Amino acid sequence: MTRFRFLVPTLYILFLMLPIYWLVNMSFKTTNEILGTFTLWPVEFTFENYEKILTDPTWYMGYVNSLIYVSINTVLSVGAALPAAYAFSRYRFVGDKHLFFWLLTNRMAPAAVFALPFFQLYSAVGLFDTHLAVALAHTLFNIPLAVWILEGFMSGVPKELDETAYVDGYSFGRFFVKIFIPTIAAGIGVAAFFCFMFSWVELLLAKTLTAVDAKPIAATMTRTASTSGYELGLLAAAGSLTIIPGAFVIYFVRNYIAKGFALGRV
Amino acid sequence: MNKTENQKAWLFVLPVVLLVAFNAIIPLMTVVNYSVQETFGDNTFFWSGVMWFEQVLRSERFHDALGRQLFFTFMILVIEVPLGVAIALAMPRKGPWVSVCLVLMALPLLIPWNVVGAMWNIFALPDIGLLGRMLNGMGFDYNFTRQPFSAWFTLILMDVWHWTSLVVLLTYAGLVSIPDAYYQAAKIDGARSWAILRYIQLPKLKRVLTIAILLRFMDSFNIYTEPFVLTGGGPGNATTLLSIDLVKIALGQFDLGPAAAMSLVYFLIILLLSWIFYTLMMRNEAQQ
Amino acid sequence: MAKVTLKALRHSYMDDPRTDADWALKTLDVDWQDGGAYALLGPSGCGKTTLLNIISGLLKPTEGQVLFDGKDVTGLPPDQRHIAQVFQFPVVYDTMTVYDNLAFPLRNRGASEADVDARVREIADMLDLTATLDRRAAGLTADGKQKISLGRGLVRSDVNVIMFDEPLTVIDPHLKWQLRSKLKELHQRVRITMIYVTHDQTEALTFADQVVVMNEGQVVQIGTPEELFERPQHTFVGHFIGSPGMNVLPCKIRDGSAVLGGIAVPTSNAARYQGTGHRLEIGVRPEFVDFADDGVPVKITKVSDAGRFRIVDTAHELGRIKLLIGEGREIPSDMAFLRFDPERTQVYADGWIVE
Repeated sequence: MTRFRFLVPTLYILFLMLPIYWLVNMSFKTTNEILGTFTLWPVEFTFENYEKILTDPTWYMGYVNSLIYVSINTVLSVGAALPAAYAFSRYRFVGDKHLFFWLLTNRMAPAAVFALPFFQLYSAVGLFDTHLAVALAHTLFNIPLAVWILEGFMSGVPKELDETAYVDGYSFGRFFVKIFIPTIAAGIGVAAFFCFMFSWVELLLAKTLTAVDAKPIAATMTRTASTSGYELGLLAAAGSLTIIPGAFVIYFVRNYIAKGFALGRV
Repeated sequence: MNKTENQKAWLFVLPVVLLVAFNAIIPLMTVVNYSVQETFGDNTFFWSGVMWFEQVLRSERFHDALGRQLFFTFMILVIEVPLGVAIALAMPRKGPWVSVCLVLMALPLLIPWNVVGAMWNIFALPDIGLLGRMLNGMGFDYNFTRQPFSAWFTLILMDVWHWTSLVVLLTYAGLVSIPDAYYQAAKIDGARSWAILRYIQLPKLKRVLTIAILLRFMDSFNIYTEPFVLTGGGPGNATTLLSIDLVKIALGQFDLGPAAAMSLVYFLIILLLSWIFYTLMMRNEAQQ
Repeated sequence: MAKVTLKALRHSYMDDPRTDADWALKTLDVDWQDGGAYALLGPSGCGKTTLLNIISGLLKPTEGQVLFDGKDVTGLPPDQRHIAQVFQFPVVYDTMTVYDNLAFPLRNRGASEADVDARVREIADMLDLTATLDRRAAGLTADGKQKISLGRGLVRSDVNVIMFDEPLTVIDPHLKWQLRSKLKELHQRVRITMIYVTHDQTEALTFADQVVVMNEGQVVQIGTPEELFERPQHTFVGHFIGSPGMNVLPCKIRDGSAVLGGIAVPTSNAARYQGTGHRLEIGVRPEFVDFADDGVPVKITKVSDAGRFRIVDTAHELGRIKLLIGEGREIPSDMAFLRFDPERTQVYADGWIVE
């Protein structure tokens, strides 16, 4: 049975790669070819889709803008979530259980509900069409996620670890940074990646809160469903390019996720 | 865990509360506001109390959409969670393949949802899409634009493809966080693989699995973009899930009242089910 | 019960060790007698956990052999070596009751329920766990959980060796001594070979019949607590054991006698020194230093009160010397002379005692 263990992830990954291969396939075709014929490899191999994106500022700035607000959001969400998750994990205080659950409720409504109110809110505080606006708006659903994930991992670490460190003379700050954080590294890696991911793909709010300056790539992509009809090749190329930053992020945090430190030896 | 009482812990959670509340309160007020008022489109509003709520709860259209939604969510949970856990258990813990696996598995999650819908749309077309061609080539009569069954099949397949990795990543991170000492003790105690799974791995994964299940539950209930781009809710309204229906009502008919009321009802359903699930899962911990 | 022998054992965590520093464990040859209580004492990173894991089979040594009663077990996995291990953090099966936890190793080996029941109750009684047998293991305090860990080791009647890897780390200080006494009591009763790894000398010295002191991957000395205290074979042992540790000062040898800064100091072994070019040091514990009318000249720098005696810090031109003075004795205020008890003063060459 153990010999076939590798078969499971392999088959799964093959399954995942098929549509992605199709996407990349499409990105090198003209829209005519995509809609006209069925070919496993572009008959007319063309770079024109990628050229368009990489040379047109409205396109590539979309990527840059997305990267900016997503990064801000990830740092903000995970940063605010760490102390909060610690508190939920280690302390009892008035309203703690209700607060914890309330956080999650913010993820329970469809984004459409927030579109108009957010537009009004962020315009009122003068943040319309800024990266900060989108980054802040996304904290609505990313912070609860980060808190819940981090709390889950922190609760797996026994309080005795904290106390052992104090007995050994660590201050709270040093303990948190040098001992605690490495112990929950997997949780931080996963939380950071998910925050990045959910913010990166969120379309509706990002579109609503921006106009020109901070317009994200996802919004630019909807342009392709415009007057000229569905420019599939372009969309496919844009979509393929979207994968790249995220792939970097997961590669970057893979060590956190995979290493899973054994319970700290003090 | 024995938590110590400490009211000053509020300082730790303050940043989180401020940020989230800032974003949450105004929309909530807005939605509640709209849900209890009626307008005739001329920007004057009249109090209508629970009228919209009654209308929504009685409407057959709502019941149909709710039914479809429940079925959809049930199906994907039943597939994605066990599958995700199984894959995470089968993945290597150390070595060069770990990075490869993690990166490749994360890719579907990173694609914007409208692209996901669009690419599956083409991918599944019977004449020009790889999946469509394959299935029809194998003898199945497959056309998701015309047949409700095929549409559902494609929809569920797309979601499994898109989101299972979330379960895998969460579960995997949870697995590697189990300290070696537990596996060592199990070895010394002579425990076999299934015992390790049952007495060590699954219990330690409980919290992580709860998060994964709740996340998938909520997100699938609210799903909009991918099915909309894939099928548009069709054929007919075969795949019109709650969110799609909601947007149709709000935008198509400019009926903010019923739309707002529906959003609230919708929200309360998710809230109730999540709360029940959460309480059930965490009830054991309260005993400790 | 078994006699454990380590033969020519060496271990490195690297694939290609070259220098001495690459070896976590340098060549070891140790015999652990059947039924003895041993402590493996040493600072963090000295290799004691590595050694423990090699004995238990969780780690395979790069070189050398592990023998149980003369039989080579180096290639055997843990569950075939008939050992038990208690870890630093309590490892219990949370979802099971205390009873099921204790029963687990027996059930895995196919014992009958009647046997299981008898044995579990016997061990629970020994460890004062009987009252908690029906409770879920997750609900116990840290010391309760460690007892369960220990119990899982004791419950099997075929256990050769029980190993403890710093088991009291997470226990409340006021419960530590309780658990320690319990361990000692248990050892008297069951007479299984027990190896207890720790960096805390109090734990080691109170638990063990024999202590193995390790430093940087090497066994520095094996002996009873008394031997370690009175005749440390290495300056490291002198430093590490005893609070305050041994005084160590550089010295020279002239005409078969030790000379400390020009003053001749009688020692127990200076006459035996042969050879040249070694770093020579003289070692004497504060307990065996006293004031005198003549001898080593020092300046008093500090007097600390430690209850029934006082610790006096003094400064000599070649280093600091501490001594212990009982209550009621007068302590000179500025300059004084010190005398070392010759029987308890040793000369060390490159750290090792001169024999």
